[in-house]
Amino acid sequence: MLSRVADRIYWMSRQIERAENMARILGVTSNMVLFGTKETREQNLLAPLTITDCAERYFEQKKPVTLQGLVDFLALDPDNPSSIYSCLRSARENGHAVRWQITSEMWESLNTTWLEMRRVRRSEIAGAGATKFFDWVKDRSHLFRGVTYGTIMRGDAFNFSRLGTFLERADNTARILDVKYHVHLPSIKDVGGALDHYQWTALLRSVSSFETYQALYRDQVLPINVAQLLILERRMPRSLAACFDQVTQAMERIEGHDRAAKRLASELHARLTNADIEEIFKDGLHEYLTECIADMNELAVRIQRAYLGTELGTAQGRRK
Amino acid sequence: MERRQKYDEMRAADGKVRPHFGPIAEWLAQTPAGRVAEKRREADLLFHRVGITFAVYGDEQGAERLIPFDTIPRIIPKAEWDVLAKGLKQRVDALNRFLHDIYHGQEILKASVVPPDQVLKNAGFQKEMRGVELPNRVYSNIAGIDLVRHSDGKYYVLEDNLRTPSGVSYMIENRKMMMRLFPELFERQTVLPVEHYPALLLETLRASAPPRVRDPVVAVLTPGQYNSAYFEHAFLAQQMGVELVEGADLFTKDNSVYMRTTSGRQRVDVIYRRLDDAFLDPLAFKKDSMLGVPGLFAAYRAGNVALANAVGTGVADDKSTYPYVPEMIRFYLKEEPILANVPTWLCGKPKDLAHVMEHLAELVVKEVQGSGGYGMLVGPSASKAELGAFRKLLKENPRNYIAQPTLSLSTCPTFVKRGFAPRHVDLRPYVLSGKEVKLVPGGLTRVALKEGSLVVNSSQGGGTKDTWVVE
Repeated sequence: MLSRVADRIYWMSRQIERAENMARILGVTSNMVLFGTKETREQNLLAPLTITDCAERYFEQKKPVTLQGLVDFLALDPDNPSSIYSCLRSARENGHAVRWQITSEMWESLNTTWLEMRRVRRSEIAGAGATKFFDWVKDRSHLFRGVTYGTIMRGDAFNFSRLGTFLERADNTARILDVKYHVHLPSIKDVGGALDHYQWTALLRSVSSFETYQALYRDQVLPINVAQLLILERRMPRSLAACFDQVTQAMERIEGHDRAAKRLASELHARLTNADIEEIFKDGLHEYLTECIADMNELAVRIQRAYLGTELGTAQGRRK
Repeated sequence: MERRQKYDEMRAADGKVRPHFGPIAEWLAQTPAGRVAEKRREADLLFHRVGITFAVYGDEQGAERLIPFDTIPRIIPKAEWDVLAKGLKQRVDALNRFLHDIYHGQEILKASVVPPDQVLKNAGFQKEMRGVELPNRVYSNIAGIDLVRHSDGKYYVLEDNLRTPSGVSYMIENRKMMMRLFPELFERQTVLPVEHYPALLLETLRASAPPRVRDPVVAVLTPGQYNSAYFEHAFLAQQMGVELVEGADLFTKDNSVYMRTTSGRQRVDVIYRRLDDAFLDPLAFKKDSMLGVPGLFAAYRAGNVALANAVGTGVADDKSTYPYVPEMIRFYLKEEPILANVPTWLCGKPKDLAHVMEHLAELVVKEVQGSGGYGMLVGPSASKAELGAFRKLLKENPRNYIAQPTLSLSTCPTFVKRGFAPRHVDLRPYVLSGKEVKLVPGGLTRVALKEGSLVVNSSQGGGTKDTWVVE
């Protein structure tokens, strides 16, 4: 497959996944600010900016951190390359460029999503409308992934699409968990008060795993269980381990003479398979996650170099 | 060329239906207008869904439109087509010989059959192509020859497109659409197939590879998704099962051309390029071209890659070269031309210019390097201001223009708001030259949808029809 085509498909899938994750993060945040003290509210409002690496850009605008400000910036701002708006636009542009290498159903799904996004008005996603909008973004992402899985030939287009989706998802899960830990600094035994319970619950909901947690642990929400679930639990489809099952599968199917990227992917996979959550906590969860995020970055760089062309293409949108 | 009543493809002057249009005329009389309108909407929907659209220059970036598709076919009897096909092969053969000659011995210039200035001072003449040996000595592997039928019933060649003629995807898609919408029509008549065009094209391209290559790798080179013919580039690549590449996908090393793929570099032997000469290689032509491949021209000259069409064909399809084509046929093939040329005045000649100025309101004036119906004047339908503006242009730069009598293009029944009515049509068959010269029976019929209009270009609101060659 041409590197340019693979690049477009990989980024198209990353961008749809990124839009979904942004909607998840904002959805939880808009719920979280409804309770808590002034201080925790502020912390909660800062979280989406920290998770998505957008804080610096946000403060350049010299605006106070409010929920509406976050929605404007992270959901609707056409100049913020990480906004939902920009991700859906870039994904559609990438799809357009490889329209003849993806299925018509995939193209139609991307195109319809973008056309509907363009019709969304700011006033519609304030207050109660916000949840509806975030649900819509999630639905469109589910639809696109399902359409892709159900229609595309099993070949490199499929492989690079899967690779993009799960690498983006793994990165997002690690960041969500890290910011939570960073903010609260709990010890292993720290159960926390009622407020803390809500915060951990919200975190689980943001990655659609509250029900999974209940089914697996039948216990109150403990940080160590949450970390186990989000990092090592293969049965949880947004966990790092589950994402890396998909990443390594896709990498194995990709033809090519590259060794650097494939080697790192299987190393990360092995590390997640053999890890022990107590040990991770002993050495520091934050340190562990920081290393994971750095390794995933390195993997993305190696994938870009090995398969997709070394130059940063237009496929990535205007993200740095 | 005397002007008489228009020639209608379906009905003779006495109103009788021509025999090859019999089944269609019958069908038109039997079928309720509502059913046909419904089928047309169905066609529009299908074309949109499949994405058979084209971008319009000057329109909002990425804007896409459908080329209107007319459901009444244009029909040509096989006996008539056989003569056309022979004439087309003859013409393209002579044009390829001409191109080889002017980049080598220049016999035709020495014999004063074509004035040397016409070639050597032509913007389309590429000096760097002198002495370059091409596979099969073919320059225009894919030629689109525009034909019209005048009121005298004869076909005339209106222009030769030897660079990157487009539209062939519509020829194929229109046929698919007709078979899908009106299968019953194909039971009434034997329509010769055109769907094997991509197979013939691939065969032609592979036959045009550098001689020592055993199993040539072919790619289609497109300027990208915002080009007006992008759909066609993608369509042809897909139908041939070859890669659709952009300039950035290719690179050169040691005078060979490679594609960047996920499993490393892959050598390319034949490039069907849908990119103008000027943009091919920033090292050889336009320095700021972002669309081309640095080093491509050197690899080409070294004989390590084939380009279809070759560099430098523009000199032969220039409208001021066109009047000399019949002489080329006599010079190279020692045959009489089978297809006629339209009488043409070269405004660069003082005598011709004087005639053109005097009769401007009756003539069609075109830019010598123009295409797509842009930059032309149709005298009889032009306003005073337009005529004035063209007089000025002609005085300033006469060499840039040619003039021809306003042809009365033949008409063909076409669906309009109320039933059907005659509209003007032309015909573009596609001639493929590799080791042999081949073409599929038919071509693209373009139709001017506005009543009385003679401009059939899709960029100017023209539509298309399926073209049937029937036994």
